[in-house]
Amino acid sequence: MPNVITVSGLSKTYATGHTALNNVSLDIRRGEIFALLGPNGAGKTTLISIICGLVKPTAGSVTVSGFDIVSQYRETRSRIGLVPQELTAEAFESVFATVSFSRGLFGKKPDPAYVEKVIRSLSLWEKRDSRIMTLSGGMKRRVLIAKALAHEPEVLFLDEPSAGVDVELRRDMWRLVRELRDSGVTIILTTHYLEEAEEMADRVGVISRGELILVEEKAALMKTLGKKKLSVELNAPLATIPARLAPFNLTLSDGGGCLTYSYVTTAEGSEGRDHGITALLEALSAEGIAFRDLHTEQSSLEDIFVSLVRRS
Amino acid sequence: MNLQVNLPAIRAIYTYEMNRTRRTIGQSIVSPVLSTSLYFVVFGSAIGSRMSEVGGVPYGAFIVPGLMMLTLLTQSISNAAFAIYFPRFTGTIYELLSAPVSPFEIVAGYVGAAATKSVLLGLIILATAALFVPMEVRHPFWMLTFLVLTAVTFSLFGFIIGIWADGFERLQLIPMLVITPLTFLGGTFYSLDMLPPVWRTVTLFNPVVYLVAGFRWSFFGTADVRVEVSAAMTLAFLIACLLIVRWMFRTGYRLKS
Repeated sequence: MPNVITVSGLSKTYATGHTALNNVSLDIRRGEIFALLGPNGAGKTTLISIICGLVKPTAGSVTVSGFDIVSQYRETRSRIGLVPQELTAEAFESVFATVSFSRGLFGKKPDPAYVEKVIRSLSLWEKRDSRIMTLSGGMKRRVLIAKALAHEPEVLFLDEPSAGVDVELRRDMWRLVRELRDSGVTIILTTHYLEEAEEMADRVGVISRGELILVEEKAALMKTLGKKKLSVELNAPLATIPARLAPFNLTLSDGGGCLTYSYVTTAEGSEGRDHGITALLEALSAEGIAFRDLHTEQSSLEDIFVSLVRRS
Repeated sequence: MNLQVNLPAIRAIYTYEMNRTRRTIGQSIVSPVLSTSLYFVVFGSAIGSRMSEVGGVPYGAFIVPGLMMLTLLTQSISNAAFAIYFPRFTGTIYELLSAPVSPFEIVAGYVGAAATKSVLLGLIILATAALFVPMEVRHPFWMLTFLVLTAVTFSLFGFIIGIWADGFERLQLIPMLVITPLTFLGGTFYSLDMLPPVWRTVTLFNPVVYLVAGFRWSFFGTADVRVEVSAAMTLAFLIACLLIVRWMFRTGYRLKS
């Protein structure tokens, strides 16, 4: 897939002396959902703000569809839609008027039919004549998304989209994001809700203290860094782990009632033929150890993230 | 340099601002017209009828151009200042900054709308004044030129204040402490001839004197200062404001970090 955004050597030091971004390079592929993951203050919003034109970079460059964000800002900005983190909208305007305003501001001719389509897709049609100040937080978030989509952008930035959002809106939003991706829109979201990145993203970039620590396919990331745990609940408690099971490095817990096995799944199956799950289960039955249940747990992006940030 | 112009954006900003005016018509149109009309009633009709003519013009008519200027200056400034300050205050400015618009388009939209409103206000006040005192406009073309030029210049000035201000009280600071006194002392209610010679000289350092004088000339054909000087001063201030706005966008002053 060709790249839609290319970030090269981007740095930002604010007037206060705070370095928010340090030599970040990143390619965003056309049509993907990219999750930018990092704790608060890591530099996620600064990165987005530079690409969208809200903050001036100190060093480095960014191109969007091959156009430079500084010298060809009309080309780049007209292709980008931004949903900011804060719920900021014109309090006294109606929903329809504010979405139409955004379309005009981004250089598109008025198209009430298209504005209606966007507003409907966000379940806002009944509220089209309401003043924005009368809407709930979730509704305001929908309005901001509608504003960002009003000019038919190729790239959509969602800055912390689920902050303060209820379950229903989150579900709606993810449905919409997938539909947009299917229609060819590239989506970049920032989040510190890790399950969000895990659920939505095709690729994940981890940012910490202004540096991009890692960019990887989510599936590959889960595979290389995702440890799995198998817990075996025994019928009868064991006092010690039998010698034959020693190679599996098992741990015994729950008063001897539970055996835990850590492993990593790879494309070839579970780690090593001698120590894999199959081997373990065979060894258990050979030892005559009966069990009533077993379940596996996968380490979440959160665990991966915590270990990455600690490592850096 | 990009020569294309984002016309839909100018239209969007302009329409948005004019809608805001319509929404708040009581505060943005009715209230300034009403307060200016009170001046006509008190100074023009009531007191003015007992005053002698100024340079051959009845006092009631004499103060009309000055009062129009007073409203034009204060309303242009406060309207444009508020228009750009409010999005900065609420945070909605993000959209403007992330949009494919040039500084020219932003200024054209905001200043255009603020100036339109001021010109409308000026004309409504003139029409209202004509109800109280007989009015004639000797040079209608120049009257409109001065009206539009002043409205644009001071809307630009207001725009600058709106970007500079970092609180609501600062927004009011310049109009209250500088513009209103300068206007009252700028020959709104009197001719410079009425002042002692020393004060006449001091007054010539007040830029508003030139605005009022030029505008008054377009009504009555006579003025305290030459009309060319008035026009030149207005243009000079306009250019100064344009340069400041350009500098603000070049550096991202209080807009971008």
